[in-house]
Amino acid sequence: MQGHVWKFGTDVDTDAIIPARYLNTSDPVELAKHVMEDADPTFAQKVTEGDIIVARKNFGCGSSREHAPIAIKTAGVACVIAHSFARIFYRNAINIGLPILESPEAAEKIEEGHEVKVDLTTGTIFNLTTGETYQAAPFPPFMQTIMDKGGLIGYVQWRLQTESSTGPY
Amino acid sequence: MGMTIAEKILARHTDQTVVRPGDLINAKVDMVLGNDITAPTAIKEFRRIGVETVFDKDRIALVPDHFTPNKDIQSAEQAKLLREFAREHDITYYFEVGRMGIEHALLPEMGLALPGEIVIGADSHTCTYGALGALATGVGSTDMAAAMALGEAWFKVPSTLKFVFNGKLNRWVSGKDLILYLIGKIGVDGALYRSMEFCGELIDALSMDSRLSMSNMAIEAGAKCGIIAPDQTTLDYVTERAKRDFTPVYADADAEYEKVTTFDGADIEPQVAFPHLPENTRGISDVGEVRIDQVVIGSCTNGRMEDLRTAASILKGNKVHKDLRVIIIPGTQNIVRQAMKEGLLDIFLEAEAIVSTPTCGPCLGGHMGILAQGERALATTNRNFVGRMGHPGSEVYLSNPAVAAASAITGKISAPEEVL
Ligand code: SF4
Repeated sequence: MQGHVWKFGTDVDTDAIIPARYLNTSDPVELAKHVMEDADPTFAQKVTEGDIIVARKNFGCGSSREHAPIAIKTAGVACVIAHSFARIFYRNAINIGLPILESPEAAEKIEEGHEVKVDLTTGTIFNLTTGETYQAAPFPPFMQTIMDKGGLIGYVQWRLQTESSTGPY
Repeated sequence: MGMTIAEKILARHTDQTVVRPGDLINAKVDMVLGNDITAPTAIKEFRRIGVETVFDKDRIALVPDHFTPNKDIQSAEQAKLLREFAREHDITYYFEVGRMGIEHALLPEMGLALPGEIVIGADSHTCTYGALGALATGVGSTDMAAAMALGEAWFKVPSTLKFVFNGKLNRWVSGKDLILYLIGKIGVDGALYRSMEFCGELIDALSMDSRLSMSNMAIEAGAKCGIIAPDQTTLDYVTERAKRDFTPVYADADAEYEKVTTFDGADIEPQVAFPHLPENTRGISDVGEVRIDQVVIGSCTNGRMEDLRTAASILKGNKVHKDLRVIIIPGTQNIVRQAMKEGLLDIFLEAEAIVSTPTCGPCLGGHMGILAQGERALATTNRNFVGRMGHPGSEVYLSNPAVAAASAITGKISAPEEVL
């Protein structure tokens, strides 16, 4: 995947990603209209299909609301790269099939407006604007399988059908 | 090499005898929780899985507490999804308005989170039950859906950070202050992906209510859980309420910790977290002049009996400052009744505070006390992110109930000593 970068800072919390005042619905399209609103009120208008979010440490801290990765994914964001992710956001992203990568170097060096290409299977991030390459740890096989099945629900369906167990579940 | 409490609890819920930090495992869960914000998505996802029934109707708790009593039509629709799902699957622990409470005040009170158990909840403050010696952790709605179907969840075994609190508690210092102090020291990602264990003389001396407020905020340090080993205080609390058999779990003597940090009670005074992160803490003596518009005493952090008793002891015979409003939210129906019996509600009303039915309400900027632009609240809640309690241009400060009550009287953030 390849896309235009939007850059955010440290400790972007889930209230900034999708404020609680919009949580009286769980409709992804409604949620996406307010994505990142309290971090950047114009973001939902600017973001286009295939864009990439890059942030610094502890992205997605705070509440367990899956509405946060859902809003990001539904808004068309192809991938989130950060120095680190808060743990519930991390699991939610995997469970709903939103690709995420942890790379302190990429989080440091990629700027807003850069064009970035990502190879999810190897975890390699190419900065097409500066020519640099950064390496993130690829997903462990189990998490990769969840992603390949389109998220945890697809994975559980597959597990129930095949009764195979290649890792957790 | 031995195991920490978290490792041991996880191992006991798998078919392995030993688990190590970093292992990806699949574990059985003892309880699965969801609320009116997270469960609707979980229910939708559960239906997609295609199983006919839930794994165990006695091990799922559905608590409509965030926007209930329903604040608007949309929230009413979400709450209705829970109610209908609970009926369809004959869920034992669905708590309707009138029987409900703020989920993390309610589950311990009902004996539905117990020592040695794994409890997952589609709510980040599920970590509260670590105070009871459970491995309790927040997950998302999809995790909740899968767990409702299978009774299992995937985990990455966390490494453990041990925090030892020695010495004696200073006056007006509670579990809330210990955890705010700790977060101030290590930061909001200081325990990212880790299990925290709290121990030491100060912890031994804490009441159950105070311990619950402490473990409640483990997530504010980024942790997966914040566990206190069960002792007599824990067993006294759970034995009379437990809805199931349970087995307390303790760390092995040779358990391996990633790090051990020691604090001394003498250094810890009541804490205040400044906007917009729980790590921006200061001791009450360093706060300076901060005028406030609203005080909120409640939430899953500080809406229990001990909190209300403390607040009442300070508000008794005083009036709320004329430029301020005070909203007091007991955590559960039982707490409301107990506070009524003890005369606390009278004290609050006499002081010109309002008392609400149990709800998360203003804690997450839902309803029942939203802030306008430029307004400032002092709250006994757990998060002070931008916009958390209303307008993105408002501010939230966090403290314990004693400081909140004293500040309600003076109109600015104040130590309890200032009004006594
Ligand atoms: S009281 Fe606040 S922190 Fe606790 S569960 Fe409710 S919204 Fe979340």
